[in-house]
Amino acid sequence: MLSFIARRLALLIPTFFGITLLTFALIRLIPGDPVEVMMGERRVDPELHAQAMERLGLNKPLYQQYFDYIGQLASGNLGESLRTRTSVWNEFTTLFPATLELAFGALIFAGTFGLLAGMIAALKRGSLFDHGVMGISLTGYSMPIFWWGLILIMLFSVNLGWTPVSGRLDLLYDVPPVTGFMLIDTLLSEEEGAFLDALRHLILPAIVLGTIPLAVIARMTRSAMLEVLREDYVRTARAKGLSPTRVVVVHALRNALIPVITVFGLQVGTLLAGAVLTETIFAWPGIGKWLIESIGARDYPVVQNGILLVACLVILVNFTVDILYGLINPRIRHQR
Amino acid sequence: MTTKASLSTTASEPTLYYPSPLREFWTAFSRNKGALAGFLYMLVLAFCALFAPWVAPFDPSEQFRDNLLTPPAWLEGGTTQFLLGTDEVGRDMLSRLIHGARLSLLIGLASVVFSLIPGILLGLLAGFSPTRLGPPIMRMMDVMLALPSLLLAVAIVAILGPGLINTIFAIAIVSLPSYVRLTRAAVMTELNRDYVTASRIAGAGTLRLMFISVLPNCMAPLIVQATLSFSSAILDAAALGFLGLGVQPPTPEWGTMLASARDYIERAWWVVSLPGLAILLSVLAINLMGDGLRDALDPRLKNAA
Amino acid sequence: MRKTALITALLATGLITASPLASAAGTLVYCSEGSPAGFDPGQYTTGTDFDANSETIFNRLAEFEKGGTKAQPSLATSWDISEDGKTYTFHLREGVKFHTTDYFTPTRDFNADDVVFTFQRMLDKDLPFRKAYPTEFPYFTDMGLDANIAKVEKVDDKTVRFVLNEVDAAFVQNLAMNFAAIHSAEYADTLLKNGKAAEINQKPIGTGPFVFSRYQKDAVIRFKGNPNYWDPDKVKVDNLLFSINTDASVRIQKLKAGECDITLNPRPADLKSLQADSKLNVPTQPGYNLGYIAYNVTRPPFDKLEVRQALDMAINKDAIIDAVYQGAGQKAVNGMPPTQWSYDKGITDAPYDPAKARELLQKAGIKEGTEITLWAMPVQRPYNPNARLMAEMLQNDWSKVGIKARIVSYEWGEYIKRAHNGEHDAMLIGWTGDNGDPDNWLGTLYGCAAVDGNNFSKWCDKEYDDLVVAAKRTTDQAERTAFYEKAQAVLKREVPITPIAHSTVYQPMSKTVQGFQISPFGRNSFIGVGKD
Repeated sequence: MLSFIARRLALLIPTFFGITLLTFALIRLIPGDPVEVMMGERRVDPELHAQAMERLGLNKPLYQQYFDYIGQLASGNLGESLRTRTSVWNEFTTLFPATLELAFGALIFAGTFGLLAGMIAALKRGSLFDHGVMGISLTGYSMPIFWWGLILIMLFSVNLGWTPVSGRLDLLYDVPPVTGFMLIDTLLSEEEGAFLDALRHLILPAIVLGTIPLAVIARMTRSAMLEVLREDYVRTARAKGLSPTRVVVVHALRNALIPVITVFGLQVGTLLAGAVLTETIFAWPGIGKWLIESIGARDYPVVQNGILLVACLVILVNFTVDILYGLINPRIRHQR
Repeated sequence: MTTKASLSTTASEPTLYYPSPLREFWTAFSRNKGALAGFLYMLVLAFCALFAPWVAPFDPSEQFRDNLLTPPAWLEGGTTQFLLGTDEVGRDMLSRLIHGARLSLLIGLASVVFSLIPGILLGLLAGFSPTRLGPPIMRMMDVMLALPSLLLAVAIVAILGPGLINTIFAIAIVSLPSYVRLTRAAVMTELNRDYVTASRIAGAGTLRLMFISVLPNCMAPLIVQATLSFSSAILDAAALGFLGLGVQPPTPEWGTMLASARDYIERAWWVVSLPGLAILLSVLAINLMGDGLRDALDPRLKNAA
Repeated sequence: MRKTALITALLATGLITASPLASAAGTLVYCSEGSPAGFDPGQYTTGTDFDANSETIFNRLAEFEKGGTKAQPSLATSWDISEDGKTYTFHLREGVKFHTTDYFTPTRDFNADDVVFTFQRMLDKDLPFRKAYPTEFPYFTDMGLDANIAKVEKVDDKTVRFVLNEVDAAFVQNLAMNFAAIHSAEYADTLLKNGKAAEINQKPIGTGPFVFSRYQKDAVIRFKGNPNYWDPDKVKVDNLLFSINTDASVRIQKLKAGECDITLNPRPADLKSLQADSKLNVPTQPGYNLGYIAYNVTRPPFDKLEVRQALDMAINKDAIIDAVYQGAGQKAVNGMPPTQWSYDKGITDAPYDPAKARELLQKAGIKEGTEITLWAMPVQRPYNPNARLMAEMLQNDWSKVGIKARIVSYEWGEYIKRAHNGEHDAMLIGWTGDNGDPDNWLGTLYGCAAVDGNNFSKWCDKEYDDLVVAAKRTTDQAERTAFYEKAQAVLKREVPITPIAHSTVYQPMSKTVQGFQISPFGRNSFIGVGKD
């Protein structure tokens, strides 16, 4: 097992360097430089331009810039944003909890309803409910979520006024950022009602972001349950006269969860990509929006290191899923 | 998406010879009502797309400046002249949607082709050379998979500049890794089978092995993946258009239409709702077809997600 | 569906209620457009930055009058100009205090050292503070101040003298601009001593009406009213919050829901519903801006005057103003807005006449179906709410006279860069005035000196340029007006640009907001603004 983990870890090293090289190259291939972007319609004074490029270290040859970058990374320094001149790590850590909170909200929403719907559909295979769940989940899977977000805002925020339009918390609550997770911070603060307000802000974005994972999880659960229900041990359990609920919850569900958890893991990437759109629509101050804007502003260090951090996260989650899977399923361990 | 794909590969088996595989396929496919509905919808859409100039009542960029934001015909203030209403400069929505179908299908098709072919090639190389070419190729794909796809697409479009062709490229590049992984996994399974050993012993060259012996037997999961990425290509193109980076106006691409329609969300719901609905329905139809295809091509996966 | 059921359930448990608290009195919430890059005004160039730093936290020596373009005393109570127009002596205000915050407590009042430090920092690359925290000052450079200021010196504690290399009629106007915000020399010294010079950009100290409190990127900036402001009547709220929302429709929805008191840049499409809302005021003002088409006169076919004239008269401006500006725009005739002094009202547009345009094109030997590129910027700008739509309409208009325009768009930074290189045939662009001086339009945008910069027509006309340069070197306003009127006539005759519109500025706000005035420069300033 240890050697399996070690082998997997060794594979991550070239991937890591690949990512640094790719992000470094990508952002520099985009035409235009940060100084020009900042000046907008204004004249870019050549002397001022040269001076700025020198200060930012962007006048060095490319390979030199890359080595500087790697050296910086090696010393644990993620550099500072060219635009705001604050450290990339600080910006990341203030914005990332927002994305994480949104993603957790979405996963909880998707997990709860997806598992339930999938399970019931499997148990009532062929029923109207089953067809309904499958239809809805395929629709959810096909949803352009930016449009879905707009439609939900139009309905619940604009027409019905049930949920706030955007943001994470009403500004009249002055909640100091402690953990960065609004739901926790509001509980820590003395402000009455702030927690509920934060929750109200989270509902729509979490639903929008959770729609696709919900669909995937419902379908996955249903098929996994169907497989498991056919297995001998379930039949045995049934034959022994165990109550159907007990059979399902204790025996079937536990085994059916394995592939579902994998999907959970694999959805992280999808979730992060979806977060870009969801954050744009709901003005959610997270990393998706931050990265897109930084690409626009040619904020090299932010793009390089922001994407690197996100990529590392994806890798880490996939790695964990891999290991868990290896633990569960010995056959995989010995492949390759 | 990759999950589904990898699930189907582990289960692919050497195809047996039936009297008429096509017929067999059709029977299985048409048993699935949803798939059939999706297929019919796609037929209509494809017809509209192919013959858009004749089907659409107007030129999609013709501006009727006396009819700005006319509601659809069945609403108060609508006219039968513009069945689905007009947009902010008085262009006929129906015509724009029909021409938009053309673009969406083109983007979907082209990006699938542009990622399928290099994807298969790289996958074959990686599969046939597991010690030398394989690892670098697979690490490259790992790198690409680690970046959130939309961000990667945004970056690529930022490099190449927005536009139809570049949107296609960006989407093709982003969806490349799943084909490579899929092909490689399928090839690795097939390579251990007796028929491959047999043709090797019979003296078949590597190229022959690759394209004649192995590849056809890997096609089932690839076809399924192609359908799936066809639909996600349409979604991605629309998302890029929505972020203002995709196909540029006045080209009636659905996502781009949606982005510019956002301003009218309170005044003219049809400008916002219709393009989104068009995207949803097409993607749904393709996914339904994809389900049917998988069931028909790979009966063992019938109940898988 | 499940989701509806969920919402209903939550509603029943009281989790979802209608709009939150009534906004607390003394707290003004402004829904702003974006996150500021930082709080050191000199480094930045955009309104979003200036609204959040210069307008709230800082003062300048002179400041623009509320709602106008005239510079009036602020930290300087008066100034004298020497005979030759090259020496300016500023007399500083007494008893002005810098902010006291949890990160800095001033020990002395504002004096000449602060002014000298502020300008030396922008002029002198070897200033120790600038070495510790290197920065550029692009706006300062862009206005030509780095080249033109020969010397800034302290005469006594309350007097500062500026010596210029050349006469600049707009000098005081320039000092009233946001980038010239006065920093505390004492605070800078403290930062320098502690090796934290960079904090000047994150923890600002100024003399302005609001004290910086906290900033959460992409979410909110919190300010407190300055209790020690030198003009105490002007600080009318205890708390000022900037709620950051990049999306215009979100800002409007928040305003309607009472989540903010005032916002900016509504989309034209929202105006009707805003004006119909009984809880809202939507004051308006003709914009101090201009959206125009620049024809690249160095490239055929635009090197021919007839072609420029023809395309100019083939444009249906009224239709564009209806669709693109949705009526929130004023047809533009000249190269600057009518609110600018020296604007010549006597100049008129060539009438819309496609038939005559066709003739002109034929005369110029332009073939039917000639292709040109028409560049449209990818972003919404104050002077042009929807450049793509405008381009589509122009394409349509020009196709009627046989010119095929291909719409080209690049990402914004790239757009400007390529345009500076002159890669376009015709392009959409525009300008918002900086300092209220005509030279900021007629010189900056169409003069020969700007051919590599903002003169996107690449048009250099000797007759025109002589007039504009002469005007800049004159201090007498009547004489300058005469020069500029002549220059405007030349500009109209030679058609290097087609002015399209001045977009009207709308500033939607709750009826409880008192004392807000729209700034012609597009700033959002909350000094003197209160709430019922």
